[in-house]
Amino acid sequence: MEKSKRKTVQYLIGENMTGGYGGANILHSCTIGVDKGEIAVVVGPNGAGKSTAMKAVFGMLHLAEGQVRIDGEDITHLKPQERVLKGMGFVPQNNNVFPSLTVEENLEMGAFIRTSDISDTMAQIFDLFPVLKEKRRQPAGELSGGQRQQVAVGRALMTQPKVLMLDEPTAGVSPIVMDELFDRIIEVARTGIAILMVEQNAKQALNIADKGFVLVQGRNRYTDTGQALLADQDVRKAFLGG
Amino acid sequence: MVTDVLNALVLIANFVIVPGLAYGSQLALGALGVTLVYSVLRFSNFAHGEMMSFGAMGTVLMTWWLQSQNISLGGLPTALLALPFGILGAIALCLFVDRTVFSYYRRTRSAGVTYLIVSVGVMFAIGGLIRFIIGPKDRVFADGDRFILKARAFKKMTGLSEGLSIKTSQGVTVIAAIIIVALLFWFLNRTKTGKSMRAYSDNEDLALLSGINPERVVMIVWIITGALAAIAGSLYGLDKSYKPFTYLQILLPIFASAIVGGVGSPVGAIAGGFVIAFSELFVTFAYKKVLGYLLPDAIAPSGLMQILSTDYKIAVSFVILVIVLLIRPTGIFSGKTL
Repeated sequence: MEKSKRKTVQYLIGENMTGGYGGANILHSCTIGVDKGEIAVVVGPNGAGKSTAMKAVFGMLHLAEGQVRIDGEDITHLKPQERVLKGMGFVPQNNNVFPSLTVEENLEMGAFIRTSDISDTMAQIFDLFPVLKEKRRQPAGELSGGQRQQVAVGRALMTQPKVLMLDEPTAGVSPIVMDELFDRIIEVARTGIAILMVEQNAKQALNIADKGFVLVQGRNRYTDTGQALLADQDVRKAFLGG
Repeated sequence: MVTDVLNALVLIANFVIVPGLAYGSQLALGALGVTLVYSVLRFSNFAHGEMMSFGAMGTVLMTWWLQSQNISLGGLPTALLALPFGILGAIALCLFVDRTVFSYYRRTRSAGVTYLIVSVGVMFAIGGLIRFIIGPKDRVFADGDRFILKARAFKKMTGLSEGLSIKTSQGVTVIAAIIIVALLFWFLNRTKTGKSMRAYSDNEDLALLSGINPERVVMIVWIITGALAAIAGSLYGLDKSYKPFTYLQILLPIFASAIVGGVGSPVGAIAGGFVIAFSELFVTFAYKKVLGYLLPDAIAPSGLMQILSTDYKIAVSFVILVIVLLIRPTGIFSGKTL
């Protein structure tokens, strides 16, 4: 099953990634990827290497083996900033806004590398997250957790990326806010952007996912569509709490 | 009775308010440089006093040359014309020191304490260089009209027995400080480069992810720091006189200003500068004459009514520093703790 999946060429793929922070490897031949307009979700127990896999794809981790490709181009040796120029946007799990800058300035900084006019993109983001428009003059550090996540996603969208990578976007927000964030993420995906995200709330995330990767100890355990994983008895028992 | 109160007020204005505004402006400009380096480069730059001195030296040397060429600004001090030269000198020095010294510690990601000790070394090195070039002596380079408002003219104008005088250097200091602070805030809050500096200071990793070039940010910080140092140093020298040694002493009030206001907060640096300046002056001011005006003759004090001798004025900033660190370590405007 795994083999047939890998053959399909995906827009962004981190393939057979092996690596870690210095000493021992955390990832062992791990593969995650996503296509345009699709939502791919990486789930798994604590310490499975989900965030590490994301960091590896974004170039924040040295890979001993494996490759990262975007649109067929090998970007394994590019720095994170250079990957931004290739059309990747990354929303880290923590410290993902500039707290003393206003919401508007946060978005501006997201578009720092762009030389073209950014007002259209900013208007789009304000359409997507209306609450940010209201609070545009307020420092991002003064916003609630959910609003801050919206700023973080908005900041990453300012470069008009082709792939958006989210590391636990719903960490620490209430269930209602989580649902709302997921709705927004679906909207973003509908505009043709590929979305690759790590989620703790596995059930809800797989519900909206086109593709799911279940990682265990840095290895791919299951890879399938979100619905298929949700229906799979073994996956349900082991990872989704029955 | 009313004239007595007015006389007392003029006395305080003349000996505390006017000098306090000028001294506070100088401290504020100095503290802005310290706070800027701290918030972006994340270390306490003890060499800042000597950087001020170096910039002031450049201004002094250029002023002398201009004076020898008989170029002047009329009533205003020639030093204003020479100031751009001092600024360029200080910027060049800052960039040189960063390239040769600080960049190494940035690469090795050294701890703040290491940086601090290194900056002390830089301080001594620059201090030595300054004494090589211009010597340790007291240099007067102020020229033009000495006063904007003379005490005698003020007395004549108001009929009061106390006079109010405003020195040209004091007026120039306050006006220059207002212009510089306005420019700095405009730069930090309105320009893309300024915002990217604040972003870098807020969250270094996210700034990198956003494609902000750290080397460029560092370079701009040193350019601004150099300019601020030269301006603060030159204004301080113009107000008193240029003496290399005093720039070692002014380091403590400058750090006290930055910390009292809240390290990393530009508004705090300005507020802190004035808090320190006015505290020093109010504590060391002799209230004898003021009380003489306000109290009936029978209980008028015979002593100086001075809380602390002016010799101890440096202790004032030290005491305030200790109190703030004990009670509110983040400062008035909640900056970072050192």
